[in-house]
Amino acid sequence: MSESKHAHHILPLQTYLGIGTALLILTGVTVWVAQYDLGPINLLVAMIIAAFKASLVALFFMHLKYDNKLYSVIFLTAVLFLAAFIVFTMFDTMDRGLVDSTKARPINDRAVIYDQPAAATPAGPADTIAADSLAGSEPPHGE
Amino acid sequence: MSSENIAAGVTSHVQHHFVDAEQQQESAKLGMWIFLLTEILLFGGLFCFYAIYRSWNPDMFYNAHTHLNITLGAINTVVLITSSVTMALAIRSMQLDQKRAALINLFATLALASVFLIIKYFEYSHKFHLGQLPGKYYTFDGIAGSNPHVFFSVYFMMTGLHGIHVLIGMGVIGWIAYRTNKGHFSSKYYTPIEMTGLYWHLVDLIWIFLFPLLYLIS
Repeated sequence: MSESKHAHHILPLQTYLGIGTALLILTGVTVWVAQYDLGPINLLVAMIIAAFKASLVALFFMHLKYDNKLYSVIFLTAVLFLAAFIVFTMFDTMDRGLVDSTKARPINDRAVIYDQPAAATPAGPADTIAADSLAGSEPPHGE
Repeated sequence: MSSENIAAGVTSHVQHHFVDAEQQQESAKLGMWIFLLTEILLFGGLFCFYAIYRSWNPDMFYNAHTHLNITLGAINTVVLITSSVTMALAIRSMQLDQKRAALINLFATLALASVFLIIKYFEYSHKFHLGQLPGKYYTFDGIAGSNPHVFFSVYFMMTGLHGIHVLIGMGVIGWIAYRTNKGHFSSKYYTPIEMTGLYWHLVDLIWIFLFPLLYLIS
């Protein structure tokens, strides 16, 4: 609340232009770094750059740095619940089949790609982990 | 207290149920941030959708993403970030009582948003033409890996919902540009422009994540 007197805080022009330039440079960096295969940290690097860009937008363009901290709390609450949503969903979907075996099947039987003759013969031995079997039992496509 | 302010002649825009202009503005911002929270969670469902199917079909996602045009995606990122800057500058201009500069910045934001949607239109029509469509409408042949139609379900849902937000944002920006031109705002009262700015920056923020997730899978 001590910041409330700064509700009408006017940032200098250079701040906006500087942050804009930083965002454009970081866009260049994220495109550049995507050309290199960094193995398992590819996604992590891309997301760290994106999170940094998002922080710049939220702190300066959306004024969270200068406004009442309550708004930051609301914003971070959304991010926290989104993280919980995704993480707990991944606990489920990545570990399916560890307890009960599940069988892979087409997601959408009516999709055109499943009409191909190759679909009649499921490939390989049935895996018990959904992730593997989903990847393995598909009709070969685009070969 | 409010009569005192009205006597000072600075608060004709303050509704009677607020103590003063600052409380009114803070309340508006609080409401806007709660709305933005629901927006983040709305897109959150689609980010979750993305996470599930990418973890199940990592190779297909890699192969399918090569059919997206990185150049167009990068140009659109630059366009949207620039539009965020012009939007922020429109608010700053109004804080300084520079109505003309505010209008110019609002129109620049509108123009950049149009460029974004035009580029998106070309991307979409190219995919429509090739049959790279979601679910049962997928007729493209040439992406190795399982369930390639799912990638395009993810792609069209995420960029489509984002595109609808851009479209709505353009409508709102047009409306506040009209009101700015009418002289409804000043350095004492510019809350609607500021709220529009918050919304527009969130649209930019979501694209900042969509771009690497969809176009830059490596």
